[in-house]
Amino acid sequence: MSIGLEHYLVLSAVLFAIGLYGALSKRNTIAILLCIEIMLNAVNIAMVAFSRYVASEMLTGHVFAIFIMAVAAAEAAVGLAIIIAIYRQRGTVDPTDIDSMKR
Amino acid sequence: MPSQAFWLIFLLPVISFVLIAVLVKPFTRRDSPVAGYITIMAITGSVILSIWTLAEVLGAPHHEIHVPDITWVVIGDFTIKMGIIMDSLTAVMLVVVTVVSLMVQIYSLGYMEHFVHHDGDTYTRYYAWMSLFTASMLGLIIADNLLMMFVFWEMVGLCSYLLIGYWFHKPSAANAAKKAFIVTRFGDFGFLAAILVLFANTGTFDTAQLSDMAAIGLLGGGALTWAAIGIFSGAMGKSAQFPLHVWLPDAMEGPTPVSALIHSATMVSAGVFLVARTFPIFAHSIEAVTLVAAIGAFTAIFAASMGLVMNDIKRVLAYSTISQLGYMMLALGAAGIVLNHEGHVTIEAAKAAVAIGIFHLFTHAFFKSLLFLGSGSVNHATGTFDMRLMGGLRKVMPWTYITFLIGSLSLAGIWPLAGFWSKDEILITALDGNKLLFVLAMITVFMTAFYMFRVIFMTFHGEYRGGESEEYSHPHESSKVMVLPLVFLAVLSVGVGWWNLGGNFAKFMGEHHPHGVNLFNVFTSSPWPIISLLLALAGIGLAYLMYGSKLISAEKIGARFKMFYNALINKYWFDELYENIIVKKVLLGGIFAGLQEIDANGVDGMVNSTASGVFGSGNIVRRLQTGQLQLYGLFIGLGAAVIAIVLFIVN
Repeated sequence: MSIGLEHYLVLSAVLFAIGLYGALSKRNTIAILLCIEIMLNAVNIAMVAFSRYVASEMLTGHVFAIFIMAVAAAEAAVGLAIIIAIYRQRGTVDPTDIDSMKR
Repeated sequence: MPSQAFWLIFLLPVISFVLIAVLVKPFTRRDSPVAGYITIMAITGSVILSIWTLAEVLGAPHHEIHVPDITWVVIGDFTIKMGIIMDSLTAVMLVVVTVVSLMVQIYSLGYMEHFVHHDGDTYTRYYAWMSLFTASMLGLIIADNLLMMFVFWEMVGLCSYLLIGYWFHKPSAANAAKKAFIVTRFGDFGFLAAILVLFANTGTFDTAQLSDMAAIGLLGGGALTWAAIGIFSGAMGKSAQFPLHVWLPDAMEGPTPVSALIHSATMVSAGVFLVARTFPIFAHSIEAVTLVAAIGAFTAIFAASMGLVMNDIKRVLAYSTISQLGYMMLALGAAGIVLNHEGHVTIEAAKAAVAIGIFHLFTHAFFKSLLFLGSGSVNHATGTFDMRLMGGLRKVMPWTYITFLIGSLSLAGIWPLAGFWSKDEILITALDGNKLLFVLAMITVFMTAFYMFRVIFMTFHGEYRGGESEEYSHPHESSKVMVLPLVFLAVLSVGVGWWNLGGNFAKFMGEHHPHGVNLFNVFTSSPWPIISLLLALAGIGLAYLMYGSKLISAEKIGARFKMFYNALINKYWFDELYENIIVKKVLLGGIFAGLQEIDANGVDGMVNSTASGVFGSGNIVRRLQTGQLQLYGLFIGLGAAVIAIVLFIVN
């Protein structure tokens, strides 16, 4: 059985779904951040796979994947900083409690 | 004569107004009469140009000079032009307005002197507005389209407001000014509506084009009738026709020369002029001309009856003005009826038909301004307008007496003065138009002669009854600058009637003379001029018996016909009717209260229910906004999934 585009896409979709589910359901903000990272990497897999199978002469997909990694790193840094700040102020990282915009 | 000169007739008073407002007022002493000199010079220029114009128009083919238009407003492919219509009607009106205005301005130099030196008034404000007033009237006369006419029409109204309320610190003057403005506004509404109706039906404002369209039947039927009635309602307001006559007697509150100008050449004659200008439209609607004639005749007798009992000399003259304006309207309307009886209504015939009404306007302007200026002269001597406090002024004010007498005789229609010629032509036209209107007009002749000579006997004959205060205990003749205009106007009041002796004026107004409108030789063929003359003499005789020789006691007659006398002295309670019933009950109590209800419950209710609806639905919808980030994420995910599924199924 050769590995084709479909296999990568299915893997990407499964990872994305797992990440999405986690991001929507976790009660810990750090876990949500991790799940978002999973979603981003699911996208990366899809990008690279498309690049390899659909337009192998172009490097667009690879370049995008590298960009996403860089952005994800920055996002993780900023996100974790925010989470620490919130924890210091409110003593919790439960996203259901972080609703001061509403109240 | 270059066409710029025509514009200059109108522009000279405008320039004078601007000069006075911008240069004279800030840079001269308060009591400096230089504003008066500027106005007089400007209007003298207008007089000269007007007379020149009249001579040119007299010599021009069809008595009409073409003047190129100036483009005023361009909206897309629709252009509004400012233009001059220079026909016989314009030329005659120009001369009337400028000459009377000039006399009034000269007279005002003397008249206002007292107020400038004693009451702290200034010449500048007075003359600035007088210039503007004259300019507006001249603009109205030369305008060749209804839109331009409407602009100047409103400016005339504005200036009359300013001048009637000249002594605005007096509550009565301020109220009179407001009354004049608001009452005439009722009529103006009709005029504006008529302009819009005409424009909607024809797409033009030009009076000549409108006349053409009416003549060939492009404009006709209900639209024409309603437009004519709307225009007439504007004329009713300005010319103080019943039931919009109430403002004119109160307009006495302004300085007397202002009254003279309002009552003769400007403002009130604007209404008659408007009907005359648009007469080719009126003439095609028998309903409209009948209405004009009926309102005119009724106003003539109605106002004359009130003039019989007034004790204020200016009020008598005011009612006489309303009555005379009624005559002019009657003349226009009756001429229209006669035209319609004959069937074929052409533009030329319609233009010629206004000759009789305009001729009376022409003669009336001179003797009515004379009478008003005379009453101002009397006021200067006695300090009052109440005739019960006058008497015996004949000896001390010979010039005022003689000129006033000439004006009164002319107004009463005594041969051979100007009023005789113009009035009898109206009577004969009325006879051809409608017998009832003719009878009303005949009774008015008697009344007119009576009340004018009541004024003469009460003011100038008998013993002086006034002089309670030291200043007015010895009345004296007014200064030369006031007497000279009186004399000049008196000469005109004697002379101008002769213009039409051979029908020259009528020929000048229009070439066409259908049978029945050509009345200018009636004086030899009909008995009515003699009869009306006898009626007028009878009126003078009765006035002599009651107020001259006092053989008949006026008090006894007043006591016997108490009810009638009360109705007259209270002006038929029209002020009360308007004030208490129409304004307070119908408008404030009824319509305005109803509108208030609609506003409070309907309009405000709609606004309020919209607001509370938004508030309520917001209250429900805001529950969706939980502030839970993950819930939003879930909705986004579900939404994206739904879109993906839908796209998948569609493809």
